[in-house]
Amino acid sequence: MSEILSAFSIAFDLIVSLDRELIEIIRRTFLVSLSAVAIATLIGLPAGAVLAVVRFPGRRALVILINALMGLPPVVVGLVIYLVLSRSGPLGFMGLMFSPTAMIVAQCVLIVPIVTALSHQVLRELYEEYREQLCSFGATLPQMILTILWDGRRNLVTSVMAGFGRAVAEVGAVLIVGGNIAGVTRVMTTTIALETSKGDLALALALGMILVVTAIALNASAFLVGDAAPARQGG
Amino acid sequence: MPSLPLSLENVSLSIGGASLIEDVSLTLHHGPRTIILGANGAGKSLILRLSHGLLGPTRGSVRWGGAERLGPLRRRQAMVFQKPIMLRRSTRANAGYGLKIAGMPRSEREARVAQVLERVGLARLAERDARVLSGGEQQKLALARAWALDPEIMFLDEPTANLDPTATAAVEAIVNEIHAGGAKIVMTTQSLSQAKRLADEVIFVHRGRVAEQTPADEFFANPRSAEAAAFLKGELAW
Amino acid sequence: MYFARRALLAVLAVLFLTLPATAQDKFITVASTTSTEQSGLFKHLLPAFTRASAIEVRVVAVGTGQAIKLGEKGDADVLLVHHKPSEEKFIAEGWGVKRLEVMYNDFVVVGPDSDPAKIKGITDVSAAFRKIAETKSTWASRGDASGTDLAEKEIWQALGIAVSKSGPEWYRELGQGMGPTLNTSAQLPAYTLSDRGTWISFKNRGPLQIVVEGDQKLFNQYGVMLVNPAKHPHVKVELGQQFIDWIVADAGQKTIADYKIEGQQLFFPNARKQGS
Repeated sequence: MSEILSAFSIAFDLIVSLDRELIEIIRRTFLVSLSAVAIATLIGLPAGAVLAVVRFPGRRALVILINALMGLPPVVVGLVIYLVLSRSGPLGFMGLMFSPTAMIVAQCVLIVPIVTALSHQVLRELYEEYREQLCSFGATLPQMILTILWDGRRNLVTSVMAGFGRAVAEVGAVLIVGGNIAGVTRVMTTTIALETSKGDLALALALGMILVVTAIALNASAFLVGDAAPARQGG
Repeated sequence: MPSLPLSLENVSLSIGGASLIEDVSLTLHHGPRTIILGANGAGKSLILRLSHGLLGPTRGSVRWGGAERLGPLRRRQAMVFQKPIMLRRSTRANAGYGLKIAGMPRSEREARVAQVLERVGLARLAERDARVLSGGEQQKLALARAWALDPEIMFLDEPTANLDPTATAAVEAIVNEIHAGGAKIVMTTQSLSQAKRLADEVIFVHRGRVAEQTPADEFFANPRSAEAAAFLKGELAW
Repeated sequence: MYFARRALLAVLAVLFLTLPATAQDKFITVASTTSTEQSGLFKHLLPAFTRASAIEVRVVAVGTGQAIKLGEKGDADVLLVHHKPSEEKFIAEGWGVKRLEVMYNDFVVVGPDSDPAKIKGITDVSAAFRKIAETKSTWASRGDASGTDLAEKEIWQALGIAVSKSGPEWYRELGQGMGPTLNTSAQLPAYTLSDRGTWISFKNRGPLQIVVEGDQKLFNQYGVMLVNPAKHPHVKVELGQQFIDWIVADAGQKTIADYKIEGQQLFFPNARKQGS
């Protein structure tokens, strides 16, 4: 109990004092996870749209597979990325091990299935609704895909933020491929794991609170931007 | 290359083993307003979708101006659905969407959209989200969107089924105006009174078959098929 | 809307453009153990080296077993670990160039203050281990092939007491680092072996306290090795060697001796004078 109480006061002190190291870590955390989300969005949304619109053999099996991959264990992803990026691995020559880039790659692998599967679900429903009208207009496949992506944008924010939530909360994979190097690859979750290891539970919890609050703030602003998006488009 | 005459030749359609349309042959010519009449589930909407190429026949063939492939001709046709499909965009964006898909440049498009919105009476709602419009306004918007394409054929699938009498009258007036502009009208309905108001020619559909295709005056005075006669009597009794 | 989107873009721009410009161009990656990282030694030691050399040291803190694996795979330039037999094997197999001794600390046996095995104050660690086994008192083992884990297993082995992850029933293998093992031991409660540095800086002790210390067998030697560039050509030989030279020379040795928590010195430098 005392730990929970002192966690609040530590969190408060850290924020009020604008602790330099903490701010660096928060910035790095968001930099890594937002980059991962940006890349995952560029891959996941079009992939989700294609799965929703295009009929091809094996599509159902692919959808089931991607849904299953949403539950990929981060440690396994971390290990696989490690073996690939390690100096002894196939991409070792790039020297990416223990870098923020490696962490972005790992988080990307984790969340591409999430963004793809959730956006597929959103876009599938939208496409079912639009299909006949789009066919009637003689829309081409790319036109159909762009239309449902644009019209589904508000619901797609949720898919993207779900991916961000997973990326920013994840510790297993980034610990392995990032190495939790102070000042280079140390992010919020790995710091929390480290402080827990050191038995400083109050500090760990305080950091956890800060992570949760900043993540909520980012989510809220994303939804505000989404809600403010104009209904007007083209003409 | 015109879409007309449009002909169905021995067309059958089965979905999931159920035979829904059986051996339908008919030809639609430029000019008359064709009303496809029939009871619920008779197959009116399916015939409309086959004619517009939204569905392909299981057997038989559909020809547009003699060609079996619709291809770019699709863009010379337009369709309005029973439940209007509103894109999550403004009224103006919805009205211009078909033109955008067809690749019309923005400046030309804007003029055309303003014109059709004016004609269906939605100009003042142009900036509003189309999904908050009333049912009647949405159907007028769907008509405007189709009209904007200046189609050779306009298919309408029970466009007034969910509307009140005022909105129904407004929609019928717009349909007549579109027809006056030179478009071929092909419309389904289960309302005998609506058929009487609009039809130049009636195709009566019963249980997946075309019972008859007859000029309107003759159809209502003296139907050729027993099924149509029964339908007319039933409707009159009601 | 316009403003909301602009605001978001501005936030992102700030995030990306203010990337720390402080990162050194020259850096080496050192694979080391949790004990050196979590005791706070590196936070004290590395800035001193970076000031002297303008070389940034990036530490990946894992167990000795995993650190050696990182060296073999070429994912680190220098290893600073504490299990002499593993280190000598690493050199013998050609993965490392040369092993130099740097410093030592010692292990302590910690256990619940109720002391069910009645070993408090015993100075012979083997005798204490034997009593723990006889009384079947709960023992928490790291079980992660770290230097501490290997040191503990060697003591059991010398006593002829067979322990492994499958038992005996009082012997719990956790597969965790030092800190988590201490967290768990405090909860069980259980006896466990810890390096003194992690113990002193550990905050969540619960009922745990030191029960055995000072035995010669608990002496814990750290060695430093450069990963062999013949095996991994990308290894930063020059920078890595500078770090090794510094840490075994007077400057590094003195910095190690200076590191204290609550007045206690944690690590004792014992590098042999080079070239003498």
